[in-house]
Amino acid sequence: MMVPFSYSFRNLWTRRLTTILTIFGMALVVCVFASILMLAEGLQKTLVQTGSDDNVIVIRKGSGTEVQSGVERQQASIIETMPEIAIGMDGKKRVAKEIVVLISIPKRKTGKPSNVVIRGIQGPSISLRPQVKLIAGRLPRTGLSEVMVGLSLTDKFKGIELNQKICCGLRNWMIVGIFDAGNTGFNSEIWGDVDQLMQAFRRPVYSSVIFQLSNPSMFQEVKLRIANDPRLSLEAKRETQYYLEQSEMMAKFLRILGLSLTIIFSIGATIGAMITMYAAVANRTAEIGTLRALGFQRKAVLVSFLTESLLLGFLGGCTGLFFASFMQFFTVSTVNFQTFSELAFRFNLTVKTVYSAFIFSILMGFIGGIIPAIQASRMTIVDALRAV
Amino acid sequence: MIKSATPIVEIRHLSKTYIRGDYKIPVLEDITFDVMAGEFLALMGPSGSGKSTLLNLIAGIDHADSGQIIIGGDHITSFSETQLSLWRANHVGFIFQFYNLIPVLTALENVELPLHLTDLSRKERREHAAIALSLVNLKNRMDHYPGQLSGGEQQRVAIARAVVTDPTILVADEPTGDLDLASAEDILSLMEQLNLQSGMTIIMVTHDPRAAEKAKVLRHLEKGVLSHAHFQNPY
Repeated sequence: MMVPFSYSFRNLWTRRLTTILTIFGMALVVCVFASILMLAEGLQKTLVQTGSDDNVIVIRKGSGTEVQSGVERQQASIIETMPEIAIGMDGKKRVAKEIVVLISIPKRKTGKPSNVVIRGIQGPSISLRPQVKLIAGRLPRTGLSEVMVGLSLTDKFKGIELNQKICCGLRNWMIVGIFDAGNTGFNSEIWGDVDQLMQAFRRPVYSSVIFQLSNPSMFQEVKLRIANDPRLSLEAKRETQYYLEQSEMMAKFLRILGLSLTIIFSIGATIGAMITMYAAVANRTAEIGTLRALGFQRKAVLVSFLTESLLLGFLGGCTGLFFASFMQFFTVSTVNFQTFSELAFRFNLTVKTVYSAFIFSILMGFIGGIIPAIQASRMTIVDALRAV
Repeated sequence: MIKSATPIVEIRHLSKTYIRGDYKIPVLEDITFDVMAGEFLALMGPSGSGKSTLLNLIAGIDHADSGQIIIGGDHITSFSETQLSLWRANHVGFIFQFYNLIPVLTALENVELPLHLTDLSRKERREHAAIALSLVNLKNRMDHYPGQLSGGEQQRVAIARAVVTDPTILVADEPTGDLDLASAEDILSLMEQLNLQSGMTIIMVTHDPRAAEKAKVLRHLEKGVLSHAHFQNPY
């Protein structure tokens, strides 16, 4: 038989100040832990949402990213002839040959230059990405030095405004439109005519070929055909998989960094909880003796004190998550290690993060409480009763 | 409640020694005596005479070095710790000098506490606890916390907690030691009433001669040796 739960809960309430301070210490750690997980999730979500499951991206074998890839014109033409490519309402194949180049633009706040992706597109590029919506100006015209910019760039980089010119590739490019691609990587890109960009940057090859499958289930077949074609040293990936891979290194780095930091912080918070629980045991020695004398067994006393500690952990978790949830309103911008380009993304609170944060906070409560709880349960009744 | 001339507590050759560093301090030496069912026994003696140790052994919260304690037919000296816990929950009611109420629980919840170790439902527990509190005339204070009660009232709550499970024996360690004269008299009358009306077997340790006067049987313990019973208030 267990000691009533109200005993544990009310003891925490009675020692309000100590309880609140301990919860606050744990909440800070949970907040940092959850925030870093939210950052990693946000990065991953942004990049994964950038792709579409129906789309296939073809890049050079082993290149990993579009920036490092090169697809020769002849190879691109072979890809274009594949029968599995979907045909649009206009009767044209839904395929686009694109180039990706990095340019350096000074940041608005610091003035320091940072890499931004400039993507050369073709007509179907926009229809292949339905998440891209023009919100100001117009689309860049073929054959002209015109570009449109992602919404995330406008408030983060100097000179990225409608009807302004940016200088790159020995040319001035007029910004004729602003597009919103939502919470995706495209929102941090500049798009212009592929042929103009290839000339300006002296690139004889495309970076990638993007196409939509007429039937998404044909992907394996297409992938194998491209991999086995001796004329093509290319590989095909689903667009979602491609962007997921792009986020992996950075997300892994963030998670390891976050975990390392929070483990260090959690030692402090756990010791805090342990001190609180040791003080609780010391102050309630006579109560422990009374409970044991009345017939409650050692394990009942252990569970009762451990419950208090787990409650501290749970409340610390709730408080930490409450504060961390406000991070969702912030957008951060950082360089993606894999593409070396600037990427803006939001903190993303997922069920997995909530779950992980609670496990983490309850674990802190458990580690902080188990030793004092064992101490409480091991007291001899007579000695405990003498502590009045 | 067992009320007959049969012994409810049988102590046989009980010895207890405390070890303090290199020293062995014998506290109880070859104690043998019986407590009859329905008896109100007062144990008196100077400090360090071993009377609280003897009470703790009878209540099953301490272990003897040798000898036997048989209570209501149960050889409690051979019980494991778990068995002793269960036995205490069912057979022993405690009254402590400093009341030992749980400060975060109300009077009703304090009295209800030992009933958590029974199979009673929540409603039944509440009903039993309320009856016990009315026995000690504290039904109107059941929602008060110990800190809101006087010393005498707290001890009455402790008595209600001790009797709520209808135990075989009631053990009281200096029940009036922390009370003023009026409250002490009140508590002693209550204990006397429990003994006379309900036939509750009470074993009380006390320094207070006035408290001892209420008991039916008085025994002195000195240097670990128990005196013969002195029947001061025959039935």
